[in-house]
Amino acid sequence: MVANALVNVPAQARPGEIIEIKTLISHAMETGYRRTQLGALIPRDIVRQFVCAYNGTEVFRAELHPAIAANPFIAFSTIATESGTLTFHWTGDNGFSVTESAAIVVG
Amino acid sequence: MERPTSRREFLLAAGGAAAGMGLVSIIAVEPARATPATMQEAIRKTVGSARVDAGRVKLELPPLSENGNAVPLTVSVESPMSEADHVKAIHLFTEKNPQPEVVTFRLGPRAGRARVATRIRLADTQTVVAICELSDGSFWSDRADVVVTLAACIEEV
Repeated sequence: MVANALVNVPAQARPGEIIEIKTLISHAMETGYRRTQLGALIPRDIVRQFVCAYNGTEVFRAELHPAIAANPFIAFSTIATESGTLTFHWTGDNGFSVTESAAIVVG
Repeated sequence: MERPTSRREFLLAAGGAAAGMGLVSIIAVEPARATPATMQEAIRKTVGSARVDAGRVKLELPPLSENGNAVPLTVSVESPMSEADHVKAIHLFTEKNPQPEVVTFRLGPRAGRARVATRIRLADTQTVVAICELSDGSFWSDRADVVVTLAACIEEV
């Protein structure tokens, strides 16, 4: 399955401006606490970690647990320092790994 | 011939059955879920021996949520977010979900503003706790009560 990641980063910003970043990743976030009708426990399958890097420097990180809703949505902010690339990396159970990037022009 | 059950015997039997049922139902409503005590334990694990004071952090949640599968929330902290004084982490905990930990956000001075939003699952009407960790090593908390009409985590597939 190709996971769909959605990131919302302003294309342009002034130096020093605080920009808001919104991210969404499509993932069922199976909690590991649900059972089938036969009573078998459905194994956990979640996104465990999200990291945002600005031109290679980590600026934000989240450690997720099963209580995060399906299709994890995370909104945060960062200071627009220089033009470049923001990379977003989600990792999780069963080798889940998705990377997305967005360009920003500062000036 | 069997004599009819006396009133006393009937009441004793009924009482016993009721007590038995009570016991059964107590056991039945004891599935894997966090309790306020396990939440306190999880908080202790995160903050260590540090003191947690109320204030500085603000947790915003709808007071009534129709769908516990996706409850929007925002956490913000009054902080200059400078190199010397900033928010290092924000932790969220719940009282009655199967597991007390919800999420940990790690941020720093480059965040500019200490404000994070996400969507969480709530298995029951309960209290959600936000704890923030500042760069000076202090911890601050806020809590919000949410009434949940449709609980998450319990449905069968």
